[in-house]
Amino acid sequence: MTRYVVRRLLQAIPQLFIISVVLFVLANTMGDPLASFGGRRRIRSEDRARLRRRLGLDKPVMVQYVIWLVGNDWMQVDVDGDGVADQRGTRRGVLRGDFGTSFMEGRPVLEIIRERLGNTLLLMLTAEAVILIFSLAIGMYSALRQYSVLDYVFTTFSFVGYSMPIFWLALLLMYLFAVNFKRWGLPHFPTVGMYDLAKGKTVGQVLWHMALPVATISIMSIANYSRFVRSQMLEVINQDYIRTAHAKGLPKRMVVLEHALKNASLPLVTLVGLDLPLLVSGAVVTESIFAWPGMGRLFWDAAKDTDVPVLMGILLIISTLVVIFQIITDVAYTYLDPRIRYD
Amino acid sequence: MTATTRKIAWEAMEEQVERPPLTPGQLAWRRFRRHKMAMVGVGLLVAIILYVTLGPLIYSEDYANRTDLSVRLAPPSAAHPFGTDGTGRDILARTIYGGQISVLIGVLAVGVALTVGTLVGALSGYYGGAIDAVLMRFTEAMLNIPRLFLLILLAKFLGGKIPTFKTLGRTFSGSVVVIIGVIGMTSWMYLARIVRANFLSIKEQEFVTAARAIGSRDRTIILEHILPNSIAPIVVAATLGVAGAIISEAYVSFLGMGVQPPTATWGNMLDQAYSHLSTEPWMWFFPGILIVLTVLAINFVGDGLRDALDPRALAQSE
Repeated sequence: MTRYVVRRLLQAIPQLFIISVVLFVLANTMGDPLASFGGRRRIRSEDRARLRRRLGLDKPVMVQYVIWLVGNDWMQVDVDGDGVADQRGTRRGVLRGDFGTSFMEGRPVLEIIRERLGNTLLLMLTAEAVILIFSLAIGMYSALRQYSVLDYVFTTFSFVGYSMPIFWLALLLMYLFAVNFKRWGLPHFPTVGMYDLAKGKTVGQVLWHMALPVATISIMSIANYSRFVRSQMLEVINQDYIRTAHAKGLPKRMVVLEHALKNASLPLVTLVGLDLPLLVSGAVVTESIFAWPGMGRLFWDAAKDTDVPVLMGILLIISTLVVIFQIITDVAYTYLDPRIRYD
Repeated sequence: MTATTRKIAWEAMEEQVERPPLTPGQLAWRRFRRHKMAMVGVGLLVAIILYVTLGPLIYSEDYANRTDLSVRLAPPSAAHPFGTDGTGRDILARTIYGGQISVLIGVLAVGVALTVGTLVGALSGYYGGAIDAVLMRFTEAMLNIPRLFLLILLAKFLGGKIPTFKTLGRTFSGSVVVIIGVIGMTSWMYLARIVRANFLSIKEQEFVTAARAIGSRDRTIILEHILPNSIAPIVVAATLGVAGAIISEAYVSFLGMGVQPPTATWGNMLDQAYSHLSTEPWMWFFPGILIVLTVLAINFVGDGLRDALDPRALAQSE
């Protein structure tokens, strides 16, 4: 097992290397980061050249990548643009934990991301919990009461839910639960932010503001997973050991929860692990719409401003999380299902 | 064996004797026809295709793009059944022309994804070894980047680099081509994995060895022997891919990096939606519901195709 984990971790290194090269080249060639500098004032061309040099944008992309990766404090850098290297660089590179400084804010990227990471995790973990609870409950019900009215309702719901663009779902939810509920004088959900500025950042406020974003992120996955749980459950409850459990007189509740559910929900673990990138994409859109101050929104703002260091910071952190999460998923699976062995 | 069962068995045998055996295609078609959801999907899809193809007989494209500030943001009425948008354009007419572009983008983007995915998957599965290792690591790497990030980066990367062009008597914004490329380049990975898996299992079969024994070239074996035998999962994945591509177009457009006006798409009709959320719901409701219906229909058809073309998968899921 240890050998397997070590091998997977070693394989993750070239993978992350490829990811970072692809993303770096794209991020650095997609626009001019200086375009939005200086607001409406025109920047003189010599200032522009000086800025480019200071930000390191005057070098070829591949050189920029190397500096981004390992820093430039080990070599001499040309600061004044006369073609003569005159001073040591100050960047230490991503590999030594230096993600650079934001072009727009002038603050270290890690500091900016740290402020937002917690908010995103709060949203995603809550959504993940909601997804698991609802898809297990719905899937189990549909399997045990196959072809019942509610089973058909859930089936229809899951197909429709799966076919919706996530932002359109967000608009629908906002329109119904925020706009119209307000119009009808019902308690309505807020549409933007994390908390009411007048009321402060209390647990209740944050929960209240989280309801719609979490629902938006969860519904599509619930639609997908509940179908999956249903088909898994149907397969399991027809197996011999379930009949044996019934035959030896175990209460139905026990048979379903202890024997059937355990085996039926196992493959869900893999699915959840593999779908993490999808969930992250959903979070970007959801955070942008609901003005949730998380990493998704940060990414979107950074993409608009071509703030490359921030973009790369977010992308690298998310990609690393995804890769590591997949390894954890595979390892967790061997503990949950001892029949599976990786050798 | 009772008399009745014997009779039924006899009738079944008789049937077999009288009719010539069905071809695999006929069998698949029969299974597909019995799939209720798939038939609903086909019906819905036909309705949508008629909507976007026959619509132009009633409304001209000039009408769809004509702005009329005196009726801007008008709610649905007899003159404008779906209402008008922020510059007074008729939303019904725009959903017709927008639908054409959205469906076109969906189909062509899958074309791009199919080409790249099949190529990568086939090379990887057929040759194995170092080629396989390199291509698959690259595929996995691409899969691990959340898709929306790639879409945004690529859309910004390629945006504005292709000029407007005319074809088929219509003017297309160059951004249509960009979006097709962007969506295609971010959705080939699953296809590549499916094709590779199929190639891995099929290339070990005797008929491939036989083909190799009589001296067929790799190219012939890949294109004429293995690929036709792995067409079923490719067709299913491609069908479902069209639905995914239509949704992707909507995402990119919603984030303001999609097809540029005046060319309408269902996606870019939604990009102003947020600012009109509460006061002009018709502006985002109609294009959105058309996307949902189209995607739903394609998903139904894709599901039906999977069950029809791959009976083994059906046996497993039931």
